Amino acid sequence: MKNMLQQIFRSSKFLIGFTIFMTMLLTVIIYPLIVKDEPLAIIGQGTFFEPGIYVNVFDSINSTHYTLSLNDAAARRIASKLGDQERLDMKDWLLAFGIPENEIDIHDNTKLMELWVNNYDSKLALGMTSAKRNYYARLDKSLKGILGTEGVIIAIKNTETGLLEETNSIVQTDYVNIGQVSSIRILPLGTDNFGRDILTELVSATRTSLQIGFVAGIIATLIGLTLGLFAGYIGGLVDDVIMFITNLFTVIPGFVLLILISFSIGQEQRGAITVAVVIGFTSWVWTARAVRSQVVSLRNRDHVNLSKLSGHSIVHIILADILPYIASYVIMALILQISSGILAEAGLSILGLGPKTTEVPTLGLMMNWAMIYSAHVTGKWWAYIPVLVTIAMVSFSMNLMNTGLDQVFNPALRD
Amino acid sequence: MSNVMLEVRELTTKYVTRFGEDIYAVDHVSLKVEEGKTLGIAGESGCGKSTLALSLMGYYFAPLHYTSGEIIIDGRNISGMNPNDVRKSILGKEIAYIPQAAMNALNPTRKIIHFIEDVIKEHELYITKKDIYDRARKLFETLGLSADVLQKYPVELSGGMKQRTVIAISVLLLPKVLIADEPSSALDVTSQKMVIKMLRKLMETGLISSLIFITHELPLLYNVADDIMVMYAGQIVEHGNAKQTVFDPIHPYAKGLMGSIIVPEKGLRDVKLTAIPGVPPNLKNPPSGCRFAERCKYVQPECKTHSINLNEVDGGRAYRCIFSEEKLREAYQNG
Amino acid sequence: MAEIRSLEKKSCLSGSGLTKVFGFGNQKTVAVDHVDFNFYEGEVVSIVGESGSGKTTLAKMLLGLISSTEGEIYFQGKKLDIRTQRKKREYWKNIQAIFQDPFSSYNIFNKIDSVLLDCIHMRGGRKFSHAKKVELMIEACSFVNLKFEELTNKYPFELSGGQMQRLMIARIFLLKPQVLLADEPTSMIDASSRATILDYLTKLSKETGMTTIFITHDIGLAYYVSDTVYIMERGKFVESGSADAVILTPKEPYTQRLINDVPKIYEAWDLSTV
Repeated sequence: MKNMLQQIFRSSKFLIGFTIFMTMLLTVIIYPLIVKDEPLAIIGQGTFFEPGIYVNVFDSINSTHYTLSLNDAAARRIASKLGDQERLDMKDWLLAFGIPENEIDIHDNTKLMELWVNNYDSKLALGMTSAKRNYYARLDKSLKGILGTEGVIIAIKNTETGLLEETNSIVQTDYVNIGQVSSIRILPLGTDNFGRDILTELVSATRTSLQIGFVAGIIATLIGLTLGLFAGYIGGLVDDVIMFITNLFTVIPGFVLLILISFSIGQEQRGAITVAVVIGFTSWVWTARAVRSQVVSLRNRDHVNLSKLSGHSIVHIILADILPYIASYVIMALILQISSGILAEAGLSILGLGPKTTEVPTLGLMMNWAMIYSAHVTGKWWAYIPVLVTIAMVSFSMNLMNTGLDQVFNPALRD
Repeated sequence: MSNVMLEVRELTTKYVTRFGEDIYAVDHVSLKVEEGKTLGIAGESGCGKSTLALSLMGYYFAPLHYTSGEIIIDGRNISGMNPNDVRKSILGKEIAYIPQAAMNALNPTRKIIHFIEDVIKEHELYITKKDIYDRARKLFETLGLSADVLQKYPVELSGGMKQRTVIAISVLLLPKVLIADEPSSALDVTSQKMVIKMLRKLMETGLISSLIFITHELPLLYNVADDIMVMYAGQIVEHGNAKQTVFDPIHPYAKGLMGSIIVPEKGLRDVKLTAIPGVPPNLKNPPSGCRFAERCKYVQPECKTHSINLNEVDGGRAYRCIFSEEKLREAYQNG
Repeated sequence: MAEIRSLEKKSCLSGSGLTKVFGFGNQKTVAVDHVDFNFYEGEVVSIVGESGSGKTTLAKMLLGLISSTEGEIYFQGKKLDIRTQRKKREYWKNIQAIFQDPFSSYNIFNKIDSVLLDCIHMRGGRKFSHAKKVELMIEACSFVNLKFEELTNKYPFELSGGQMQRLMIARIFLLKPQVLLADEPTSMIDASSRATILDYLTKLSKETGMTTIFITHDIGLAYYVSDTVYIMERGKFVESGSADAVILTPKEPYTQRLINDVPKIYEAWDLSTV
C-alpha cells in the first residue's frame, strides 16, 4: 500500500494533476476565510466593471492631501483622457480647418494639444452637423479643464442658508496616500452583469461545482459499482436484468435524459445538490458496464475459487476478493465521473437548466449569465475567460491524475 | 575439428532497472557451437537462459545493455556493431531468434504470406510478390508444411502449426545459427514432437548450420541437443555432451536438476526424486563466492568467499565448483 | 500402498454419465461427455489429458464450482446435492483443491496468516484461543518445512512459487478434507521444487487417508505419483486402470500415441510417428 502510494506520487503526470487540483481545492477553502463577502452580493451599480483597484473618491478627498510636483502628471492626465477615438476626431477637425496632414501627429500629445488650443474655434461650422459641432465643443471644454490650473473646489450646502460653502479645494498637484484612504476595493476580475465581484463569485462557484461533481461522481460510481459487481459476480438472471436496464440507459443519450429530468423538476426546486443527484443518476451506465466486465474476468480466477472453497459468503467474496482487485480501476472511474459531472453541470446551466440562480453560483451559471448578457459580444472577457479556464483546469487536472494512476496500475502503459 | 559457427567469449550483459540498478543476467559466458551441432541450454526460470538467447543476437535494446565480451558468427565478430547494422545485416541472415510464445506474435489480421513478404522485402527491394510466394511455398514444402498455410490467417491455424510457421518464417533468410527459446513449451506433446522434428529437418537439409535450443524440460533437451550447458544465476555451471550431463552430472546443481527428471518409463516410479531447497539468488547483488552455495548440500565455508572458476575436465566437459571431480563423486556416493 | 489395496476398497467419489455442455445451439461445446468413474478412498488418482480435453471442467464440476448439465456425482456412496449455498459449504469441508498457478491462487491483499486462519475457522476453530490457533498454524507450516515465524505478517507474493505451493499444502493439512483435487500443482514451478511439492502431497495423502486426484497433462508425473490413471480425450475417458498397466502397456491408440510422443531418456524417442 505504502509502496503503491510512493509509485503514484513518483508519476509526474499524477503529481502535476494533483498539484493543480489541490491548489484549487485549497483556494476554494482558504479564500472564503479571508474574503468574507457574500458571493452573490451586488456591489456595483451597473454592469461589467473592468478589473482593477477601485478607490473611494469621497474618502480620498477627505484624507490628507500631499503636494507632489511631478513633471509628467499633466501629460499622463491628457494621455488618459485622450482615447484613440478622440485623437482621430481632433485630427478630423484640424484637417477640416485646413492644417496639412503631415503636420498632425496624433501620437504626440503635446503637439496635438498645442495645435488644438491654437486653432479651435467653436464658432466655425466647417460644414459639420450641429451634433458634431456640439461634440467638439464638449471635447474642447473637457480638454481645457485638464489643462486648467485652478483645480476643483469642494463645497457643501449649508442646511440653514441653502448656500454653498467652500470646504476644501483640490489642485492638480494634490495626492493622497492610497494606504490612508479608508475604502479601497480590489476587483481583480472586475464585476459581472449584476455588479457582483467575479473573483469571489468564481471561488464560490468552483466550490459548488466541485461539490456537484463529487456528489454526482460518487452517486454514479456507487450505483455503477454495485450493479456491476452483482451483475458480474452473480451472473445468470441477475446479470441479464441488470444489463437490460443498463443497456436501456445506454441507448437513451444521457444528456437528453438529464435535460428532460432537469426540466421536469422545475427551476425553483433545482438546488445544486438536486442537480448533482440528477447527474449522478443518469451517468452510472458506463461505470456499471466497465465494472461488470472486470468482475466477469475476475470471477473465475483461482483465488476466488479458493475463497469459495474456504466457505466464504458471496458478500464476503465480493468485498474481499473482487473489490480490492478493481479498486484502482474504480478510483480512476470515480475521478473521471467527478470531472464529467462538473462538465455536465456546466452544460446544463448554460442551457438554463442548472441550479436555481438565487442561492449559489456555479461555473455553469456564471457562463450562462455571461452569455445572456452578451459578455462575449461586447468584449467583457473577464466575465467568462476565468470561468472557462477554471473549468478547463478542473477537468485537465483530473484527467491528468487519471492518466497518472493508469500508468501506475497498468505497467504496460509505462514508457 | 569441424567449423565453429558461433563462438562467444566472456559475454556479459546486464539489465538496468527503472531505478538504475544493474542486474548482470549473463555473466562471463563463453560457448562454442560447431557446424551441424545443437547446443542445449538448461536451467530454472530466472537463471538467465532467455537473456543469454537475446544477448547472443548482438542486438540490444533497453533495458538490456551490452557490457563486455565477444560474439563471433562464422568468423565475423559482431560485438560492438552499430545496432542498426546488426538489425539489417545480422538478424535473420546470420543468426535468427525464436522467442518464447513466438506464435502469439503473429498479427491476427494479416495472412501468413504478408509476414513473409515483410521479411523478404526488408532485405531484397526489387523482388516480385510471385517470386516471394514461390520461395515461401518451396520452403514450406521442404519443411513438410502445406503451402495452403500461406494464404491463411493466424487464427485459422492450431498452436503447433502457428509455431512451426513462425519457425519457417525465421529461417527464410537462411541464417547460420538459429536460437530457439522454449519453442515447444506451450504445446501439447504431439505438436511438440512435430516442432522438434521440423528443427531436426532444418539441420538435415542445411537450412541452418547450428541450433541453440533453450528449455527447462530436460527430457526434451536430452533428445534434441548434442551438448548441454547448465546455467545458474547468470553463469554456466556445467557444460558437456548431452549423455554425460544428464546421466553423470558433476556440479551439485546439475546433479539436483537431473535428479528431478520425471518420464513415463519403467522403473521411474520407484526413483526418489531430488529436490533443491531454497531459491536462486537475487542478481541485483549476487553472492561473492559460489552462487549456488546457499542451496548446496556440500557447501564449505570457503565456497562463500572464493570466486569459483569453470574447471575444464577431459572430454570437453567443464563445471564450476571448488571441489575436484573425484571429491564430488565421492560425496554423491555417500549421499 | 499394498496394504490399502488389499483392504476392501470403499468408493469415495464416483460419477455416472457426468456431462457438461457450454453454450447452446450451434455454439454448443461438449466439454465433458458422459464420463463414468469411481475414485476409491485413500487412492491417488491422475486424470491425464491434453489441453482442451475437459479435465479442468471435470475438476470444477467435482469441486461444485460449476454445475453439471447431466449425470450424477456420488460422494461416499450418496448422491451429491449442492443446490444451496449452505450445502455447498458443507461439501467444501470434504473436498478441497490446489490450483495450477500459485501466483493467482492467493488474494494478494490478504496476509498469509489470514489464509491459514480461514482454514482453522472452517474446521470449527473460530473459538480457539489465539495461542491454540498459532500452534495449529505452526504445525501446518512445519509439515511443509516452512517457518511460520518468518511468514507471519507477510503477503503471499513475497514468497517464491514453490513456497506458495507448499503453503497451499499447509492449508490442506489444516483443512483435512476427504478429497483433494490438485489441478496441475507443479506445472508453474521449477523442476527443483517439483519433487518437494509432490513428496508433501503424497505424504499428506498417506498420513490422512485422503483421496488425491491429480489433474495433469504430464504423463510422467501421473506415472510417478498415482495408483490409478484415467486418460481423457475430448471429454471422454478413453482408458483407465492402474498406473503401471495404463502407462507401460497402453491399449488404446490415443494413450499409445500420447505416451509415444513424450520425450524419454532411457528409451529412444521415436520421431518418425508424427
